[in-house]
Amino acid sequence: MSDHSEHHIVPLKVYFLVFSALMILLFVTVGVAMVNLGPFNIYVAMSIAIIKAVLVVLYFMHVRYSTKLTMVVAAAGFLWLVFLLGITILDYTSRSWIPGSYQ
Amino acid sequence: MSDAAHNSLVAHQFDDARQQQEAATVGMWTFLITEIMFFGGLILAYMIYRNQFAESFHAASRVLDVWVGCFNTCVLLVSSLTMALGVRAAQMGDRKKLVLFIIVTMIFGAAFLGVKAYEYSEKFEHHLVPGPTFHFHGVPGHEHAPNAEIFFSLYFAMTGVHALHMIVGLGLMTWLLRKSIKGAFNKDYYNPVEICGLYWHFVDIVWIFLYPLLYLIDRS
Repeated sequence: MSDHSEHHIVPLKVYFLVFSALMILLFVTVGVAMVNLGPFNIYVAMSIAIIKAVLVVLYFMHVRYSTKLTMVVAAAGFLWLVFLLGITILDYTSRSWIPGSYQ
Repeated sequence: MSDAAHNSLVAHQFDDARQQQEAATVGMWTFLITEIMFFGGLILAYMIYRNQFAESFHAASRVLDVWVGCFNTCVLLVSSLTMALGVRAAQMGDRKKLVLFIIVTMIFGAAFLGVKAYEYSEKFEHHLVPGPTFHFHGVPGHEHAPNAEIFFSLYFAMTGVHALHMIVGLGLMTWLLRKSIKGAFNKDYYNPVEICGLYWHFVDIVWIFLYPLLYLIDRS
């Protein structure tokens, strides 16, 4: 029984590695923003932000070491966000009478 | 009954400490989902307006100081690291380190708010706060932004609500600090530390998205 109530203690090294990765990605995102990639700047910036968020969720928020139920609940929240943003943006960009949409 | 059930730190509705901890974690994540919805709505509004008024958003974003925002992101990332180390100290039953890390986290959280206050005061001075006194000058080469006010409305709504979450976070930390000093947490019971940590990291994640969205639109 006692084994099961012990919590997973993440080694210090992991925390410092994740922190270093977050700092490096921060400077990468600032650096990339200075380069003109046209419409791709936003995709690069958001991809880096998503990688950073996943690192924080998995390691700092311990989801990687949590129960399956916690993983499913956490994933559901972000999946919902993808639905909200994705479907609404598809709708807005496909209406030709709205400025900024694709004709 | 298991040994854990006799432990006074486990509430009577739970079988053991492990089940109690899972309930707390899942409960906190459920709350965080409502927070994702909350900030998600703001991000959606931002995306729609940025799509419609691309030129204004590009010009308005250039007014923000990239390096001040970058510095603040660093401050927040460090506070997340110290929070994670604080939770680890609690897991190991190290009260001294837990207290120390909570204090360091609070210092960095307060520093973030201090920088934010400096940025806000600058916006007030330069008439960039939406309202009757709003007047957009822009930076050389990027003066034309007829809808800059929409950008700054979203800027203040998003960073303002984020700052409010930071203030709530500092309140939680103060409570956590008091309990930690009193010795309320040990190896077998540190749920509040873990839960407040989840909140703190979530607020950090929100900023991870706000920074590129608001500060880094068009810098090339």
